[in-house]
Amino acid sequence: MTRVVRVAAGQGFWGDDLDAPRRQVEGGQIDYLMLDYLAEVTMSILQKQKERDPAMGYARDFVSAIESVLPAVLERGVKVIANAGGVNPPACATALTTATGKRGAGGRLRIGVVTGDDLLYRLDELIESGEPLDNMDTGEPLSTVREQVLSANAYIGSEPIVAALRAGANVVVTGRSTDTALTMAPLRHEFGWASESWDQLASGIVAGHIIECGAQCSGGNCLYDWKSIPDLANVGYPLVEASSDGSFVVTKHPGTGGRVSVPTVSEQLVYEMGDPRSYITPDVIADFTTIRLEQEGENRVRVSGIRGKPPTQKLKVSVAYRAGFKAVGTLVYGWPDALEKAEAADRILRERLDRAGLAFEHVLSEFVGASSTHGRLAGDQRDVPEVQLRFGVRGQDKGAVERFTREIAPLVLNGPPSVTGFAGGRPKVEEIVAYWPALVDKTVVRTKVEIVS
Amino acid sequence: MKVRLVDIAHARSGDKGDTANVGIIALEPRWYPLLEMFVTRESVARHFDGMIEGPVERFELPNLGALNFLLHGALDGGGTLSLKTDAQGKVYSTALLRMTIDIPDAEAKRLRLPAHGEKSA
Repeated sequence: MTRVVRVAAGQGFWGDDLDAPRRQVEGGQIDYLMLDYLAEVTMSILQKQKERDPAMGYARDFVSAIESVLPAVLERGVKVIANAGGVNPPACATALTTATGKRGAGGRLRIGVVTGDDLLYRLDELIESGEPLDNMDTGEPLSTVREQVLSANAYIGSEPIVAALRAGANVVVTGRSTDTALTMAPLRHEFGWASESWDQLASGIVAGHIIECGAQCSGGNCLYDWKSIPDLANVGYPLVEASSDGSFVVTKHPGTGGRVSVPTVSEQLVYEMGDPRSYITPDVIADFTTIRLEQEGENRVRVSGIRGKPPTQKLKVSVAYRAGFKAVGTLVYGWPDALEKAEAADRILRERLDRAGLAFEHVLSEFVGASSTHGRLAGDQRDVPEVQLRFGVRGQDKGAVERFTREIAPLVLNGPPSVTGFAGGRPKVEEIVAYWPALVDKTVVRTKVEIVS
Repeated sequence: MKVRLVDIAHARSGDKGDTANVGIIALEPRWYPLLEMFVTRESVARHFDGMIEGPVERFELPNLGALNFLLHGALDGGGTLSLKTDAQGKVYSTALLRMTIDIPDAEAKRLRLPAHGEKSA
């Protein structure tokens, strides 16, 4: 019988279901638990926390996640791989040893700590050495926002995770690893795939892409026949059962809700996709047009046929920078003429902002319930029971944005009639941390692995 | 015969910066060629005319019975800069499914397409 390695997803983003990791280790047999905590904006939030306290800067939820799965790790040999280290993987490891030491883990927890993705303190050196870190979308050089930069991290691949597993780690904590590497690395380690086994590596990446958003491949957020998807309250998070040739089955534990079918997996495959022939990662470029899907049984989809090719010589860098302030205010207008009332309020508000001499980089009004997401495609919405005016401003001047937040409430008494929905009070002013995608040469990023126990 | 995409396809969308991606998938594999023929870069650009600021790109995935569209300049700056409700383009998927395509009657009959508003089995 061919050997199968099971990798289960227990977290699709920081803020996902806290109980999912425990359910994944207790619901059935798995070899690895994969937890993805990082989104683009998460890194900058963590960087701010680290600036306030040098012992912070990682996803704190991860500590309680490890506590909840500790018996499985220590007694059953389940290994955990997570990018929970954020901008401070060593501090994350320290927090883990402290928390698990209290629970009698002794020296049995071997934490592999992956560092080297953090480029914040090397930015000037990189720019001087000829890495302009141009914005991939706009072409502007990073120097235009250099003073506002909060964090900068290279997306790193599977190699340091494989090295940590080889060194005997049973928990691997990384910073800005790619989401897909968290799944591919354990498969590469277990099956001994070489760094040129392009098809197998690409298969591992596709497995990672399918499960990295947690239940979004097992019935969550699925449009296909959505009403018939059973028991989403108890939705089963996905796992892959992979073989050494790279092919794998996507499934979920018995007795859980949701569904794993060709349509649920297909929807996740096209999610956040660019050019399907060229899904670029640090390890390999996967060709999504070679993926074959087959319903092998109830809640079992076999994935095979995947082809890969050598990666580029660049790594993607995610830079976060301060980009001004914004605020969004809302009011709800009721029938009759709900939309016309909301439109009138919008005109009045714009005139008042002009008169107050407030200038913004950007103002956007939307009519929720009529056209905010589908625009004119939604058709005539003159007779709807209510419409929410959603009015947002953005700019560098925090004072102007604050002044705007005081202009909403007066409309309740001095604007169009049948208005409600203002109980939340004044809108909040938010600082914008924006995202700057760039590339650097692979050779400038040197990752390091340390085992802490 | 006029056919709404929502009756022959399902979809999911997401974001990358200021670009929304919309993947649409044929409900029946035999309907995929219709998507390829009638849901073109040009027809999708017309569908979203005035709603997006940049060009449209299309990629084919016949293996999944799917097309992937990139709608550039669709997210009011994207990410945290965007002031839109749908800053991450999550419901551009169903906005595309509102599109109607015109299929020759004989072809529609041969493919057993659902009439407008009727769901496939």
